[in-house]
Amino acid sequence: MTNSAIIVDSLRVRRGGRAVVRDVSFEVPRGVVTGLLGPSGCGKTTLMRSIVGVQLVEGGTVTVLGHAAGSPPLRRLIGYATQNPAIYADLTITEALRYFASVLRAPLSDVDRVIGEVGLGDHAGKLVGSLSGGQHNRANLAVALLGKPELLVLDEPTVGLDPVLRDELWALFRRLADSGATLLVSSHVMDEAARCDRLLLMREGALLADETPARLRERTGATDLEQAFLRLVRTTEASTS
Amino acid sequence: MNPALTMATARRILTQLRHDPRTVVMLIVVPSLLMVLLRFVFNSELVFSHVAPALLGVFPFLIMFLITSITTLRERTTATLERLMTLPIGRLDLLFGYALAFGAIAVVQVALAAGLSLAWLGLEITGSIGMLMLIAVLDALLGMALGLFVSAFARTEFQAVQFMPLFVLPQILLCGLFMPRGQMGWLLNWLSDVMPLSYAVEALTRVTTSGSIDGVIVRNLLIVAACALAALMLGAATLRRRTP
Repeated sequence: MTNSAIIVDSLRVRRGGRAVVRDVSFEVPRGVVTGLLGPSGCGKTTLMRSIVGVQLVEGGTVTVLGHAAGSPPLRRLIGYATQNPAIYADLTITEALRYFASVLRAPLSDVDRVIGEVGLGDHAGKLVGSLSGGQHNRANLAVALLGKPELLVLDEPTVGLDPVLRDELWALFRRLADSGATLLVSSHVMDEAARCDRLLLMREGALLADETPARLRERTGATDLEQAFLRLVRTTEASTS
Repeated sequence: MNPALTMATARRILTQLRHDPRTVVMLIVVPSLLMVLLRFVFNSELVFSHVAPALLGVFPFLIMFLITSITTLRERTTATLERLMTLPIGRLDLLFGYALAFGAIAVVQVALAAGLSLAWLGLEITGSIGMLMLIAVLDALLGMALGLFVSAFARTEFQAVQFMPLFVLPQILLCGLFMPRGQMGWLLNWLSDVMPLSYAVEALTRVTTSGSIDGVIVRNLLIVAACALAALMLGAATLRRRTP
């Protein structure tokens, strides 16, 4: 049993003839919130798809909770929320969650719990298709929370949410990590980086940094993480050109 | 394979349909309306009795093909399929769930169309009504399985809809409804022999004309069931856990 929830070793992924993930290696420790940050199109989603095991990869290995990514025992242990909501628009929130709960063999009481956790209690009986963008996103996130997963892979879960909701969700992520779950959360907003225990910074398919926010500030001499990211990009570019 | 997951999937699909009452009404009523229309187009109970059994199989086949290819395409394009592939559900659980849900709708659809034809439109059959229903429902399942399979080759709903004239119409043209299969040229006859709908239509016609369940009916039933199962398996092969 390793201490790392995720071990990615020399991962390479090509999509549509383009190298999207270029020889990336890192480990994600258990029980913490790891932020996967980088601009849109830098390969975050592809990396996350590789971790949940739905991505055809070109090379390298991904080990999740001690198993090869995508192997059957992991299907009960990972909660995955895609960036585009993957939840039936022609069902109510409760009906959609009930279906996913039965697929996970999770108790039906889980449905009400996760609806509460994402703050959709007042909308439980509404059709998913009639929700606003932010609500739709949260309903999608609720699916990933069903059945007490050990690892949560959340692709841009806070996109399009107002600051209050964003704050509530980050508090929820913190509680989940405190209760032992491992979270990998992607974002392209740098101000969310400060909420994470560890950061993975990605740019153009490569990993620029893998450290704590404090170490990153210290190493780059920048106080805010946006600046730190910029300095990192410039120094890497200067060293490669 | 897990029956609970198959049931949960079937229930989910039927619940989705319940939120779309217009589709449900069309699914259940349209074949019957077409039978009524046909009866008055021929304006003769004799001619109607001759053609109606085949159409009791053809209409559900066509409608189920369309509905399933669109529903599964939607499941693929809205990423719910990707999500399911990360969860502990087998591909066959999912597919049999579809078969169960659409099979249930097919039973209602066929029962109404057949009941109407027998009671009011002057359809007379010598064989068993149960057998007629069974073949027609199998037909619907065949359409469903084919629709599921071809949806893998469509990227958009426009393409999926176009598969209907491509995969379904030739089968209807060659199944012996418009022209006895024996009178076709060798090529068309051969094509007709490899198309599953031909066997379904032959069995339906036989049920209406002969009182006993003979070997040909049983053989044809088995062929249709085997084709539906084969299409379902091919459909399962197109559901990939990992995609590019």
